[in-house]
Amino acid sequence: MKTFAIAALAGALFAIGLVVGGMTIPAKITAFLDVRGAWDPSLAFVMAGAIAVHAPLRAMIRRRARPLLADRFHDPSARAIDLRLVGGAALFGIGWGISGYCPGPALVSLGSAASGAVVFVATMIGGIALARRFAPG
Amino acid sequence: MSSVMIVRGLGGGALIGLAAAIVLLVHGRVAGVSGILGHTLDRGEARDRGEARRFRLGFLAGLLVTGAIAAAFAPGAFGGAVRGLPAIAVAGVLVGLGTTLGNGCTSGHGVCGLSRASPRSIVAVLTFMTTAAITVALIGPRW
Repeated sequence: MKTFAIAALAGALFAIGLVVGGMTIPAKITAFLDVRGAWDPSLAFVMAGAIAVHAPLRAMIRRRARPLLADRFHDPSARAIDLRLVGGAALFGIGWGISGYCPGPALVSLGSAASGAVVFVATMIGGIALARRFAPG
Repeated sequence: MSSVMIVRGLGGGALIGLAAAIVLLVHGRVAGVSGILGHTLDRGEARDRGEARRFRLGFLAGLLVTGAIAAAFAPGAFGGAVRGLPAIAVAGVLVGLGTTLGNGCTSGHGVCGLSRASPRSIVAVLTFMTTAAITVALIGPRW
């Protein structure tokens, strides 16, 4: 129960951060990516703020032997930099550039009337299923 | 570029960085939304009733419920689609496929990966930023 509740709190803070930073407005994302056009730097500030806070906290946290509730730290994949990584990132970027959505903001936006969010999340789930089925790795 | 935009950007980002720190401190995990969602959808892992699943469901619930509440009180904070729905549908597939293959997205690779100077994440971020910028350069920021 504690695990669920604290995770929900973290998810809530994360969502608030996205909304406050303007990341749930797809037009702001594509305007950030529109480097030659009317540039919107919001995403850069969000990313900078996030890393400025997270990096030092992360360094402190990782000196611990273990997390507070989980039994161990779950480190990300130790794979090499391979075609799967680069190819996947490339495809993600294209979808992001088309829609201005990435997974977090899209999920947070589901509660709004934004039709784009609903369609995006539905097909994103399809894309996830496709990858897991045909390229399990 | 207004000072309000800068403060909101940095402040919003700080909340995200803090949320990810809570996930790391308490649950020992990277706050990567694509991975959290992907593992939740995995039927094999759906049978797991343990700590991992409670973490993921909790985090997703926090995202979804907070988004719904925010939408009710501040609908202007959410923007409409920048393309027609068929294009958005295609984009969703690409993002689902790409983040699963690439093992991360803007939160996993961007915030968490860059915070630890992970070479994989640096490559991933440079790659998706580049293809995203090229995409917008080719088709414009909105239709």
